[in-house]
Amino acid sequence: MKYLSEYRNLEATKAYLDLIDKAITRPWNIMEICGGQTHGLVKNGILELLPKKVHMIHGPGCPVCVTPLNLIDKAIELLEHDVIVCSFGDMIRVPGSIKSLLEAKANGGDLRILYSPMEAVKIAKLNPEKEVVFFAVGFETTAPANALSVLQAKKEGLKNYSILVSHVLVPPAMEAILDDEFCNINAFLGAGHVCAIMGYESYYPLVEKYKIPIVITGFEPLDLVQGIYMAVNQLEQGVSEVENQYAMVVNEKGNTAAIHVIQEVFAIGDREWRGIGKIPNSGYVLKERFRSFDAEAKFGISTIKVPENTDCIAGEILRGIKKPHECGQFSKKCTPRNPLGAPMVSSEGACAAYYHFSDQLLKS
Amino acid sequence: MDAKSLGLDKINMGHGSGGLMTRELLDKIIFKTFNNPFLNQKHDGSIVRFEGEVAISTDSFVVSPIFFKGGNIGELAVNGTVNDVAMCGAIPKYLSLAFIVEEGLKIDEFIQIVETVKKAADKSGVLIITGDTKVVERGKGDKIFINTTGFGEVHPKSKISMDAIKEGDKIIVSGLIAQHGMAIMSQREGLEFESTIVSDTTNVNFLVKDLLDEFGDKIHLLRDPTRGGLASVLSEIAIDIHKGIALSEKNIPLEKQVAAACEILGLDPMYVANEGVFVAIVEADIAEGVVEMMKKDETGRNATIIGEVTSDHPTKVVMNSLIGGKRIVSPLIGEQLPRIC
Repeated sequence: MKYLSEYRNLEATKAYLDLIDKAITRPWNIMEICGGQTHGLVKNGILELLPKKVHMIHGPGCPVCVTPLNLIDKAIELLEHDVIVCSFGDMIRVPGSIKSLLEAKANGGDLRILYSPMEAVKIAKLNPEKEVVFFAVGFETTAPANALSVLQAKKEGLKNYSILVSHVLVPPAMEAILDDEFCNINAFLGAGHVCAIMGYESYYPLVEKYKIPIVITGFEPLDLVQGIYMAVNQLEQGVSEVENQYAMVVNEKGNTAAIHVIQEVFAIGDREWRGIGKIPNSGYVLKERFRSFDAEAKFGISTIKVPENTDCIAGEILRGIKKPHECGQFSKKCTPRNPLGAPMVSSEGACAAYYHFSDQLLKS
Repeated sequence: MDAKSLGLDKINMGHGSGGLMTRELLDKIIFKTFNNPFLNQKHDGSIVRFEGEVAISTDSFVVSPIFFKGGNIGELAVNGTVNDVAMCGAIPKYLSLAFIVEEGLKIDEFIQIVETVKKAADKSGVLIITGDTKVVERGKGDKIFINTTGFGEVHPKSKISMDAIKEGDKIIVSGLIAQHGMAIMSQREGLEFESTIVSDTTNVNFLVKDLLDEFGDKIHLLRDPTRGGLASVLSEIAIDIHKGIALSEKNIPLEKQVAAACEILGLDPMYVANEGVFVAIVEADIAEGVVEMMKKDETGRNATIIGEVTSDHPTKVVMNSLIGGKRIVSPLIGEQLPRIC
């Protein structure tokens, strides 16, 4: 398969692992931002192939994991009031304060799993007597399609379509992590897909302010080891720059058409992150003129608030302070079958990735 | 045969009443299609004779959509149960066939399914010897559900058992994985994508018989990795035998288009459902011979040795990745969920 098998090549991967080994002289903590990268590292067994001096720290870039509990409760509230709720797949098993969307579906809620919000617009058109809500979670990656669904619904004059927005942004999260007093991160692997949309100009000020290397990195084994090598190289040479490993997909300016759609529909606003708390200017909210498409306003559910589970240390996991298996509940009270927190649900979540693929279990 | 012979175009509650309409449906469609001495007695059940041990397996089929690229629910209902009986080391002989039909199903579609059942049964050499047809109100089913129970004679040379598995045994998969699941997925509402992936549903009973004729008790286990895929079946086996299973990712037979579809949808092919594919755990010295014999058969032409049983990591399945890493292959928890991005 072109552009895939080449990136899973044994010799090429080994060559980069050797280069890292030769270049590295002391331990470095490198955080991969994106959950897709965590998944790639663990699924391919890269963590145990890396030289011991490379410490990978798994970042907050799993959209399911950082969606706050109250948003899930809001979606459930809608399901229980005869609204057709449409969602990306891995959101539906995340536990809310009482139950998950999947359980609400079993109780009779009309929940549809979709790949694209445009499908939800179609459903709204086909069911004019019903309200249809798309659960618009995700980082900058899913924002263009979600914004487009709003524009399409508006164009078609649909009054029964709205979105429950929980969009979060990567650069403010990186800044929040760097500002944390316990932060021990020496370099970042930037999230390749997010940068495919947004470009990487927004990282220049971060590199400048925090003197930390950021390497925009892809998701295949070869992408990952090459990205790690580039980060180690910068660290060893004492430089901190924005570098682009994922040039096959990412350019500096990003996808301008997609950015334009985002800017038309969304404004930047404060967002709450599960496990981290409120980060100023860290997400998207619908612009005032699209307020009729805002499910929270439309159904009066914005006041639902719920506390997080105190047994779950998702916040420390997402900030890279602890590894999943260092949690007292890991694979005991908390398993993918009975998850206490979101990182155990999504296959991109650090806890689930460790649970499913890692040798931590082999050793236990 | 078409719906005109019944004077209606859709199944209604009357067809499940047990009265004249039921009789008409059975006479004009079921008995006419299957027409064999067992059914023609029109008794409450059938009496059959077996020599020796009998293997029995039952399965219910609820697939949606009921028609998909490469087959329909009728074909699955026969092949699924025929293959399950074959996995017991037996030669399937007879099937029961029970329909639960939702009112409103087009009679032409029902006929098409019944005809497919007949064709699949003939192909695998089994007779439909008893059956049932029920109709449920609209909304209480999903077009049509089918249950089949299969009966087969255990092959005299077969010693299939978990207890027979030992360290060093080779694990063979008879064909390309994830074809069926991805064919169904490509046609699900909301997920439709254009592809030419077709389900590989088929009967494997003749190939299994040939293997047992040739290799007998050196074949230790046969399994049908349907729901939950290859990963779930192998994880269950590793737990049950309290031994480890080591797999090699580069040997897992996976068609390019299926691999690509899985990548796009964020699914792991190891967990996608299979039909017409089976796993054989065999003594190491016959593994090459088993693969060779499989390859000569239409259903086994992509057969490959994918791993072996080991004393390392008991109860765990470990995959050696393409780039030389290792990962645990854990059982599927719930339904496999597509990822966000």
